Amino acid sequence: MKRAITIILTLCMVIMMLSGCGGGNAGNVIKIGVYEPSSGDNGAGGKQEVLGIEYANSVLNSVEIGGKKYELKLEIVDNESSNDKGPSAAAKLVSAKCSIVLGSYGSGVSIAASDVFGNAGIPVIGVSCTNPQVTEGNTHYFRICYLDPFQGTVLANFAVDEFKAKKAYILTKLGDDYSVGLGNYFKVAFESLGGTVVEETFQEGNSDFTAYLTTAVNEKADVIFAPTSTEAASLIIGQAVSQGIKIPFLAGDTWDSSVILDAAKGSDSKIFVSTFFDEGDDSAAGSKFVTDFKKWLNDNPEKLKNNGGNDIVAAVSALGYDAYMVAVKAIEAAGSPDPKKINEVLWGVTYSGVTGDIAFDDIGDAIRDVAYIKSANNSDGSWNFVAIQSVK
Amino acid sequence: MNEKNININGEITPPDKKNIFFKSVVGFLRKNWIGFTLLAALFAIIFILEQVLSSSSMLFVVLKKGAIYALVAVSMNLLNGFTGLFSLGQAGFMLIGAYTYAIFTIPAEARTAVYQYFDGGIINFTVPVPIALIMAGLAAALFAYLVGLPVLRLKSDYLAIATLGFAEIIRAFFQWDKLGPVTNGSNLLRRFPVFSSTLYPFIVSGICIAIIVLLINSSYGRAFKAIRDDEVAAEAMGINLARHKQLSFTVSSFFAGVGGALLAMYQTTVQAAAFKSAMTYEILLIVVIGGIGSVTGSCLSSFLFIASSEWWLRFLDSETYIGSFKLPLLASGFRKVVFSIIIMVVVLFYSRGIMGTNEISVDALLRFFRKLFRKDSKGEAA
Amino acid sequence: MEFLNTNLPYILAGISVGGQYALIAIGYTMVYGILRLINFAHGDIFMVAGFAMVYLSASLPLYISIPMTIIITVVLGFAVERMAYRPLRTAPRMSIMISAIGVSYLLQNCAWYITSGLAKQYPTIPWISESISIGTATTKIVTVITPVLTLVLVIALVILIKYTKIGMAMRAMAKDFETSRLMGVKINSVISFTFIIGSFLAAIGSLLYFTNYATVTPIAGAMPGLKAFVAAVFGGIGSIPGAVIGAFIIGICENVIKMFGWTTFSDAFTFALLIIILVAKPTGLFGEKSTDKV
Repeated sequence: MKRAITIILTLCMVIMMLSGCGGGNAGNVIKIGVYEPSSGDNGAGGKQEVLGIEYANSVLNSVEIGGKKYELKLEIVDNESSNDKGPSAAAKLVSAKCSIVLGSYGSGVSIAASDVFGNAGIPVIGVSCTNPQVTEGNTHYFRICYLDPFQGTVLANFAVDEFKAKKAYILTKLGDDYSVGLGNYFKVAFESLGGTVVEETFQEGNSDFTAYLTTAVNEKADVIFAPTSTEAASLIIGQAVSQGIKIPFLAGDTWDSSVILDAAKGSDSKIFVSTFFDEGDDSAAGSKFVTDFKKWLNDNPEKLKNNGGNDIVAAVSALGYDAYMVAVKAIEAAGSPDPKKINEVLWGVTYSGVTGDIAFDDIGDAIRDVAYIKSANNSDGSWNFVAIQSVK
Repeated sequence: MNEKNININGEITPPDKKNIFFKSVVGFLRKNWIGFTLLAALFAIIFILEQVLSSSSMLFVVLKKGAIYALVAVSMNLLNGFTGLFSLGQAGFMLIGAYTYAIFTIPAEARTAVYQYFDGGIINFTVPVPIALIMAGLAAALFAYLVGLPVLRLKSDYLAIATLGFAEIIRAFFQWDKLGPVTNGSNLLRRFPVFSSTLYPFIVSGICIAIIVLLINSSYGRAFKAIRDDEVAAEAMGINLARHKQLSFTVSSFFAGVGGALLAMYQTTVQAAAFKSAMTYEILLIVVIGGIGSVTGSCLSSFLFIASSEWWLRFLDSETYIGSFKLPLLASGFRKVVFSIIIMVVVLFYSRGIMGTNEISVDALLRFFRKLFRKDSKGEAA
Repeated sequence: MEFLNTNLPYILAGISVGGQYALIAIGYTMVYGILRLINFAHGDIFMVAGFAMVYLSASLPLYISIPMTIIITVVLGFAVERMAYRPLRTAPRMSIMISAIGVSYLLQNCAWYITSGLAKQYPTIPWISESISIGTATTKIVTVITPVLTLVLVIALVILIKYTKIGMAMRAMAKDFETSRLMGVKINSVISFTFIIGSFLAAIGSLLYFTNYATVTPIAGAMPGLKAFVAAVFGGIGSIPGAVIGAFIIGICENVIKMFGWTTFSDAFTFALLIIILVAKPTGLFGEKSTDKV
């Protein structure tokens, strides 16, 4: 009996192995890979970015190349926000023969998987990975958002202009390229504006931030700069509220999330974030996107749940939408689903998206010079638009 | 020196030992020539597959990672299975190996970009890849030797928890800002040379596992097993407990270090944060599934483990429709649930794992098939 | 005084987190005392208690969801012992420890699956979540309650073990498993009872812990679990007062380390402490000296 089971199991495995070898592009389908976290630290943000991409796919799901109509299909994998799980998720996209890949939320996972895509010759468009290292020194990684040196400088300027800050407390997460990188650029900019900084780091899995916040108070910091994942952010805000800390918080694009609004609701904490897009954008493209996207969310309860249960439009969703549209433009321009051809033409692709005009420079970064600053409205749990900031 | 010659069982003096070691190598080769032919055939098949299939196939991902995990699992088995030392520090030693390899092989021109927050780091030379691999092993072994001095005196679970603690300390240490010019702080290390052919990890792991097998079959290996079976009796028989435990621990860590370096090459980036205790648990489960005390079992189970988790069970993670019917339960993360249930079943009901303490050898395979077919034909007759 | 004023929040946080570790550590130390098993899954039972509360309080009022959470946790602890440890009672110690690691892996993965890997916000429990001022520091009431509640529970537990029949049976089994079986102690029910007490305290600990640190993730139990275990070893595994004192020492130390700005090493320090105590005095501060019988 036992032996029979052994034989059957072995047969199953062989069949699975053989079936695994098949697959690929069948018929007139072009696959667009989506390399995003839907679990782990950055899961909440990653899901919102995927929503933008899915919405874009529902708006435009076919492309005509050389008189032939191709269906555009999304191939979504979860990189679990983890640098060691990322590459194998990326390998899955490569083996699914994607023509182009979008992603990821979080710079670390993007850097970690970069070579997997690079070796396979597949171009990638980074959606909200802001660390310079993502695109530096390679020819296949592009990005449509602004960069951390820019964002860090913007926030440092804002801290000095708005709060007359002399001393900043910077809290970053160890081993997170986004967090460490942005913290570093903020520090450089803030020090060059004449301020001083106190830096501390926390380990993955840490949930006790009271000691860190106490240090910030004892050091008499004027602002707390905490470019962290939303998961850590809600802990930080919660503990700051219960400790009665009145120092304003500054953070980067990750904090532009309803998770933050929920954590801050009803408290008197002051939270400012820089981001890519504002819901109240009154440009024609922007307001149309916001209305249509909200409608789409409200029509699909499952999607609404992924957005955190409300229809607040996250900046990353808008960016996801734009990234998808840029990818489609590139496929059209290349006139072929061949990743190498798409990679070649991507350098010249331009597109007017909901987050502004997108064109790539010679590193592969979108040329962007504005960031939106928003503040959390603690009474009704929404974002207040503060300013459009650019570097002086 | 003298002490050795008076040992009750007449422990062999070093020159003899070498001689016997050499003889055992020759004997081993002669006895297992069919096995070696099969191994050669395996390598040839992989080579041909690589030419035929597209290089992006998941098969190669599984083969590469499986080969690396096989080495790490065998090295852990040497400790847990053959010497009876329950150590949970494997991830820490892999981390040391991976970092040593990465630090010394990042090309000089890439250093400014990699060590961007630390002005290009302070190490400005590179060593060739094979030497870096050996250095990775040596660094891990050296550290293991130092850790072993205090820790190996502890008994079973205390040893486990102390080694686990050391692995965590190593992880924190490598993320330390002040070491940034060497380790790049907590940031990724990348741009070091990697392998593209699947054969590479197979050859390196193969050589390493072969050395471990030779060690296990030598008089040292017999001493290890004696310690595992009964420490007190082994000591009474004249085995130097401390020395043998230390040897097993250091050798195991050496190969864990090499495995870590290979893993770094496979992943193309290294970061200390990835080497959590969860990684050690994963390797431990591989060892258990393969059979504690079986080298071939560990190899087999690491390929099965990696293939299931990376490839075969992936379909459980995506929502699937048959027609318009949505299959229940399938959602992100379901793969891991199924996987851990399988593991629990193995642990509870097949606690000997796939192989127990047996090894796959050509003879055993032949015997197995003979028995299988005899039984089948009997069944048909009845 | 000035020093105390500025650093009071660190010490308060340390005492509070120490009390929460203590409640988890008791579960470790009791199980180890009787079965000689490091119950690696204990931290994950603590985590499941957190999620149970999150999901239950979404639809039920607090006065029902809190007792329900405790019941679910206790049942889980009981079931884990029944299904994963009891079948291996005669197996080597290594297998049962591996089984514990397997259970931990399973619980984490199930939690990951159910929550799809996202952090969940812990419900606010009124009164104990409110802020109060102590001297210069402002903190939640739970910070003050934790050490008090911990001490009360520990005293109750010690009385239980000292003066009841089942407590006597537990002590007997910790001394000599085989002999107490021969003497007619119903070992299986005593072991189940031990797991029930351990899980009960873990559930209470989780209520206090997550009220303070209001985000629950599938790996939220791993670190507190490991630290509580270190606390148990530090105090001398098998000894309940030892575990409690060890937990407070570790809780305070890790916050003091942060006070000095060595944040990278706050976890590592805990393990360094463990290794020092293991090497210097393997039986811990209050552990009984035991000799291995051949």
